[in-house]
Amino acid sequence: MPAVSKGDGMRGLAVFISDIRNCKSKEAEVKRINKELANIRSKFKGDKSLDGYSKRKYVCKLLFIFLLGHDIDFGHMEAVNLLSSNKYTEKQIGYLFISVLVNSNSDLIRLINNAIKNDLSSRYPVFMKLALHCIANVGSREMAEAFVQEIPRILVAGDTMDSVKQSAALCLLRLHRTSPDLVTMGELTSRVVHLLNDQHLGVVTAATSLIIAMAQKNPEELKVSIPLAVGRLGRIVIPAASDLQDYAYYFVPAPWLSVKLLRLLQCYPPPEDDSVRSRLAECLESILNKAQEPPKSKKVQHSNAKYAVLFEAISLIIHYDSDPGLLVRACNQLGQFLQHRETNLRYLALESMCTLASSEFSHEAVKTHIETVISALKTERDVSVRQRAVDLLYAMCDRSNAKQIVAELLDYLETADYSIREEIVLKVAVIAEKYAVDYAWYVDTILNLIRIAGDHVSEEVWYRVIQIVISREEVQGYAAKTVFEALQAPACHENLVKVGGYILGEFGNLIAGDPRSSPLVQFNLLHSKFHLCSVPTRALLLSTYIKFINLFPEIKVTIQDVLRSSSQIRNSDVELQQRAVEYLRLSCVANTDVLATVLEEMPPFLERESSILSKLKKRKGPGLLPEQEDSPKDKNTGVNGTVESASLSPLSADLLGLSSTSSQSSSSSAPRGSLLVDIFADNQSPVPEAAAAPVATENFSKFVCKNSGVLFENQMLQIGLKSEFRQNLGRLHVFYGNKTSMQFLDFSPSVVCHDVNVHAKSVDPVVNGGAQLQQMFNIECISDFQEAPSLNIQFRYGGTLQNIGFKLPVTLNKFFQPTEMSSQEFFQRWKQLSIPQQEVQKIFKAKNPMDMDVTKAKIAGFGVALLDQVDPNPSNFVGAGIIHTKTTQVGCLMRLEPNTQAQMYRLTLRTSRDSVSQQLCELLSDQF
Amino acid sequence: MMRFLLLFSRQGKLRLQKWFTPLPERERRKIVRDMTMMVLARSPRCCSVIHWRDLKIVYKRYASLYFCSALEDPDNELLALEVMHRYVELLDKYFGNVCELDIIFNFEKAYFILDEFLLGGEVQETSKLLVVKSTEESDLLQETMEEYMRKPAF
Repeated sequence: MPAVSKGDGMRGLAVFISDIRNCKSKEAEVKRINKELANIRSKFKGDKSLDGYSKRKYVCKLLFIFLLGHDIDFGHMEAVNLLSSNKYTEKQIGYLFISVLVNSNSDLIRLINNAIKNDLSSRYPVFMKLALHCIANVGSREMAEAFVQEIPRILVAGDTMDSVKQSAALCLLRLHRTSPDLVTMGELTSRVVHLLNDQHLGVVTAATSLIIAMAQKNPEELKVSIPLAVGRLGRIVIPAASDLQDYAYYFVPAPWLSVKLLRLLQCYPPPEDDSVRSRLAECLESILNKAQEPPKSKKVQHSNAKYAVLFEAISLIIHYDSDPGLLVRACNQLGQFLQHRETNLRYLALESMCTLASSEFSHEAVKTHIETVISALKTERDVSVRQRAVDLLYAMCDRSNAKQIVAELLDYLETADYSIREEIVLKVAVIAEKYAVDYAWYVDTILNLIRIAGDHVSEEVWYRVIQIVISREEVQGYAAKTVFEALQAPACHENLVKVGGYILGEFGNLIAGDPRSSPLVQFNLLHSKFHLCSVPTRALLLSTYIKFINLFPEIKVTIQDVLRSSSQIRNSDVELQQRAVEYLRLSCVANTDVLATVLEEMPPFLERESSILSKLKKRKGPGLLPEQEDSPKDKNTGVNGTVESASLSPLSADLLGLSSTSSQSSSSSAPRGSLLVDIFADNQSPVPEAAAAPVATENFSKFVCKNSGVLFENQMLQIGLKSEFRQNLGRLHVFYGNKTSMQFLDFSPSVVCHDVNVHAKSVDPVVNGGAQLQQMFNIECISDFQEAPSLNIQFRYGGTLQNIGFKLPVTLNKFFQPTEMSSQEFFQRWKQLSIPQQEVQKIFKAKNPMDMDVTKAKIAGFGVALLDQVDPNPSNFVGAGIIHTKTTQVGCLMRLEPNTQAQMYRLTLRTSRDSVSQQLCELLSDQF
Repeated sequence: MMRFLLLFSRQGKLRLQKWFTPLPERERRKIVRDMTMMVLARSPRCCSVIHWRDLKIVYKRYASLYFCSALEDPDNELLALEVMHRYVELLDKYFGNVCELDIIFNFEKAYFILDEFLLGGEVQETSKLLVVKSTEESDLLQETMEEYMRKPAF
């Protein structure tokens, strides 16, 4: 039984809840609930109309059952009935049920909106508040449409009670977030802004949240809020006689309002007006000073509230990034927190310092705390705090302390939590590359990474070290020597074998003069690891062996013997077997000149952004890691170029040339496994088609013969398309409809295409709930193609990143120009195109009913001119057209012969180009 | 703004769930599962902030109950701790020495009090006096224990 029953308690509900609590098993609970549901259902269905109390009780029970995690499919109507009750307690339960179990049933929405409407105009403020709370809790578009006019009026009306104003402000904020297009304050804006001066601090607190959102949407119009906010803040944080009564929280004056005001100011640059600016400086000074004063209470609430305001002030100082004095003070304050006994403060200080580190004014000040941060790395018990320490070390790293930080991180890596190892590895790899003064240190660092945390060294990292060694002549000898030594260890990580295999294969000759690392020793060393390695590594080693044959003719026979052994040449793995066979053959047939050409040293790589860096950026959301490469002082410091500069080489280039040795020999069609994975594929290629759901492909084929319609649809997003084509050019209008009530953020569509040029107009990164966004694509067909361009859309919805990818319906037939011709002309041309490759024929079963008119429409939609009275058989279809591409024009003739009896078609295409015939036949045959 | 507030017991039983943005039921269940697993696994000395997806989870334990809130990136973590504390104080003031059972048996009241305090994921009224006054206005029809016992028990 309840420990306390206050207000209008419901005994039946209490009994039911305690029954549920007494259930010994899940089954018993389900049984009890089903019994109750049956009971309630019969009560609701009964002839006798229920009194308000019973209705309230049963609706409340249903709510309880729903909150326990069971589905509720009735009772909505009864809840709506409660809304129109005159009794507050009944109304309240009705609204609670509606808020928790929003139903999209449109009839119900109308009834609910009616009840809300009545309550909004009620004499009783408590009823108005219930209605406002319900709108704010549901926040649906329908409600926004119904009440978006009414609520601002309530908010600014002179006779509205303060507590109603507060609800109205936050209710409006909610609608502003869900349907920003609907909420327009118009001339009321300035009255809302002046709520900052309201006498009632509760009203100011609620209104400030709304004003922040308005300022984010219309910064210019809301600029007037700056002096008001500063004034208000001053009256709170600068000590005076004013008594804030119940708005002081554990001796901290109005912390919630202070934080909100500081947030509002972060929507703007520093105030232009001198008096406002100096008043604000006073406020910030005062907040910083208070942090140094002895606490007025020992309670953690006091310190939390006080420091909450302080952290927000520091955020503002960082946001302005203009006052070196304040930035350094902020940094020193955070420095004190680094050793505070409260874990939360240490954590937040580390995090906040990360942003300070990227300001040129405070970077040096942050660096002075390096020892504290390093000791945090060693002593903190909480892994998330240690992770923040790693972040901060990364952020404060520059040329002066890189070696120390790398050493500390390597040291930490030995014992680090497995969950953060990979990230540390990436960070160390980036720092080592970026601040490498000499490449020997860089190579050592990466090899250390592999030694300490080999499993967490991703492909990007070891690909990168190889790239750099290949591009930097001065380090090649050292690298060869170092990997050779590292490989001596009895147990070394497979990643080391990969790096070692590759580097010795390229540069083993540089250390072959030393008898301790003679060719045979190198070979034996590598080969001793061979049997312990996975297939991709063995494949790599085989490539190294053929390179050795080129580099060291003296051990050719030894290597040939190995290749010839049945464990290689008859290996059950196709890839290994093929390499062994091909390399062996190559070494036998090719003379030394040919071999030297085939196996020539890898050319230096084009410089481009480090793939590791892009991977690291991808792992962490933006903002968490200060992107130092963008900060001015790091530019032009000769940062090994490799980190910067754009990508130039085509995507498909095999970056490491890991297959170069075998690509010469016969066919290189065999799959090369993961070794060929382009290291940049990670951040440039579209998401796999699998994500696009079957719906998308189905729709794609629908568009072969038409130019508009719905291209893609899921729960969140609907994508419509309208397109037009003329000769080799086309224009696509894509409409993205947000079906949800929340914003899509960082909305970014990107196109990947091969044989057509697609130029996409840029779009707004925000798609509001319920809104539609249009994007135009200009298309140019360069030559005949098979692969349609694919569209990849990324956005954030409710905190998660969404990825949608599918094909854009740009197919070869879109570039058709229909050509009318007589029967005689047609057959003359038909005969001209008589080379076997020019004709493609396909016989297939009808998937749809064989309707003559539909077929005609489809052929016309396909783009060819439908030629009447050409074919002697009237039930056959004949068409002609010209495909326009930028480089050529291809004449096409087609003939479709339906056989209604067999429900089959025969489709024949003749064009001057075999690939075109093939592609068109594929596309069209899929349509019937 | 706060995205959601969850109250759950040490055994992982959900006692209160408030979602300030619309989410499908399946997603909610998943989040509740993630939160209970993540928060219950942490030791008392750990810090109260966890990065999760693009949100910041701030949690605090009061006796047998965990209060767990999700914040957006610009929100203030320390203040979120105090939002939860103020909510506990409000419950305490209303129920008088609140315990988990009060929230179980009077869950609707817990929701009403929360609505007075937080709306749309933002703080509406920070004054303890005003919130409690406003909640008690709805309880004007205070009933006697006798009246309560006379009500049907089904």
